[in-house]
Amino acid sequence: MENNFSLSETRSVSGENIIELVDVVKCFDDDTVVKKINLSIKKGEFLTILGPSGCGKTTTLRMIAGFEDATSGKILLEGIDVADKKPNERDVNTVFQSYALFPHMDVEKNVSFGLVEKKVRKSEISERVSKMLKLVMLDGMEKRMPDQMSGGQKQRVAIARALINQPKVLLLDEPLGALDLKLRKQMQIELKHLQKSLGITFVFVTHDQEEALTMSDRIVVMNDGTIEQIGTPREIYNHPKTRFVADFIGETNVFEAYLEEAGDGEIQFNMEFGHCRLPISDFNLEEAVYICVRPENLRITADETPNFRIFGLVKEHVFIGSTCKTLISLANGMEVKVTSPQTDALFPAGSTVNIYWKPENGVILHRKADRVYDIIENAVILEG
Amino acid sequence: MKKWFSRKLAPIIMVAPTTVWMILFIFIPMIIVLIVSLVRKDTGGGIIYELSGNGYAEMFKIEYLRIILKSLWVALEATVICLALGYPFAFIISKLPKKYINFCVMLIMLPFWINSVIRIYGWDTLLRDEGVLNKLLMSWHIIKHPIVMMKTEGAVLFGLVYELLPFMVLPLYTSISKLDNSMVEASADLGATRPRTFTRVVLPLTMPGIFAGSIQTFIPALGLFYIGDMMGGARYMYIGNLINNQFGSGRNWPLGAALSIFLIVLTLVMMRQYAKVGNLEDMA
Ligand SMILES: Nc1ncnc2c1ncn2[C@@H]1O[C@H](COP(=O)(O)OP(=O)(O)OP(=O)(O)O)[C@@H](O)[C@H]1O
Ligand SMILES: [Mg+2]
Repeated sequence: MENNFSLSETRSVSGENIIELVDVVKCFDDDTVVKKINLSIKKGEFLTILGPSGCGKTTTLRMIAGFEDATSGKILLEGIDVADKKPNERDVNTVFQSYALFPHMDVEKNVSFGLVEKKVRKSEISERVSKMLKLVMLDGMEKRMPDQMSGGQKQRVAIARALINQPKVLLLDEPLGALDLKLRKQMQIELKHLQKSLGITFVFVTHDQEEALTMSDRIVVMNDGTIEQIGTPREIYNHPKTRFVADFIGETNVFEAYLEEAGDGEIQFNMEFGHCRLPISDFNLEEAVYICVRPENLRITADETPNFRIFGLVKEHVFIGSTCKTLISLANGMEVKVTSPQTDALFPAGSTVNIYWKPENGVILHRKADRVYDIIENAVILEG
Repeated sequence: MKKWFSRKLAPIIMVAPTTVWMILFIFIPMIIVLIVSLVRKDTGGGIIYELSGNGYAEMFKIEYLRIILKSLWVALEATVICLALGYPFAFIISKLPKKYINFCVMLIMLPFWINSVIRIYGWDTLLRDEGVLNKLLMSWHIIKHPIVMMKTEGAVLFGLVYELLPFMVLPLYTSISKLDNSMVEASADLGATRPRTFTRVVLPLTMPGIFAGSIQTFIPALGLFYIGDMMGGARYMYIGNLINNQFGSGRNWPLGAALSIFLIVLTLVMMRQYAKVGNLEDMA
């Protein structure tokens, strides 16, 4: 998981905003599906909206495309309010989850649909269509009907049909959802390259966090109609700002703890089954917090360390290719996952171990108010 | 034994009742009609079993030809009117909230529960010169003399449209409600205005429904002789009345049978065309 950033973060994004959502709310009947979200999308960036099923991703995208009206709030396209602009008057194009190819038209007619509407000259249309089909590697398929194509091919037609209009923004609603894993991975790379080479702003919806981490310049994590966090894949992964984000993105261990004064006058994080001492600021005594640590950042040792005393029993080891996942159960039944390189010496199942981590690798979150304290920002390395 | 039974005999037994029914009530009558069309007429009605093409030859007499063409024309008019009324109607129904859709479809089906001859009589009561409508209008002094509505060509057309509209609306509704809304959205997304979306996407994709509805309207419109009789009266003769007559006062069974065969062949040709367009439906 941690080396999934290879494709992203490579392009610098200019500061100009192409889309802005200002306090956007969407209600269906009495159901508030999108709850006052604010979002600025920069020109040329690959932005991913990530969230669990039903959190309002599609609804948000449909409001940008113009298929739904916002109940309140403003949507700005290049600084202009588009409230009274119909979908056909907006300079955005959509790749639908179901592709929505026209079944009565062959590939060529599907792809040229938008250009015909714009009354582009015939010769120019056929030139642009063949160029576009080459770009998505479908040249030679001009006369195929949609029902004669595989899922991956249809998906490319859908992308070509949208991109040929040279939209300012391309909206993609889980475009890879129907593909098998291998094709999906391949299309992820192809899409990313396409976006880079064309320099078009992509707003990409997915509920697959790995896909989001691989492809995006920035990720918007949505939950239940609200935005939990906006940031680069690295920020989202390493510094989740809420418990939801920590849980949703990748695997994580969440320790519940209280900030209390220990016998020796030091302040420490007390848990049901142990304690640890981490550098703090911004937190108050008696406060309840979550401490989130990725499995790959946890270490185990047989002995107590100066700052950690979290003992558990090694339950089992699970080998996952090059790494090994160790499950450790704590006294209160909580199961802690630790991954380590396979080369590490392993504690046998049944042995008692102490868990620790480098303070900068743990994220401490307020438990009531979801405010953040991120240790990395004033890292004082206490351990080794 | 048991295996043989389940594999060979069971399917036969299952389709047997339908097959017998089809043979008894469709296939055999058709054969009879075909035979009758190919023999000589007896002067007092009935037939003489002697091969003859007279039934078909007589179809091309000018007075019969005129009736046939006129019938085709009226049927076409009725079909076009039904389509023009039925398409928006079906479109609106398919866009209604779910709970109203069933109710509306039921309303369309409702007339089927009452015998159509009785319903046509109902119109006669309402529309004839001394009918309810004319009496009301005269008692309110809106008109002095009754408006002649019955026994006109317009009345026949009205009767046909009234009778056949449900046959147009139902297949249209089926086709339109199958239309994936994302098609319409995709079209708008690609820059098409509403009228353009209608002609480029909605119309082609609902073509199977238009075809099915048109056939289901056109064919019966040719054959509904009692509407011609009751709404048009004796002055207007349509192919339905013509066939009906040949087996009655016309006493020309072979001609009647030949005209019937003509209608059957016309139907089959249209069904074949429909089957071709129908393939589109699977794709939509
Ligand atoms: N037309 C509608 N009428 C009523 N409720 C709707 C409508 N469209 C969406 N919803 C509701 O809005 C909520 C968010 O839907 P949305 O489609 O935006 O979710 P999503 O994040 O795209 O989920 P998924 O990942 O499953 O596609 C859901 O609870 C859904 O039931
Ligand atoms: Mg969705």
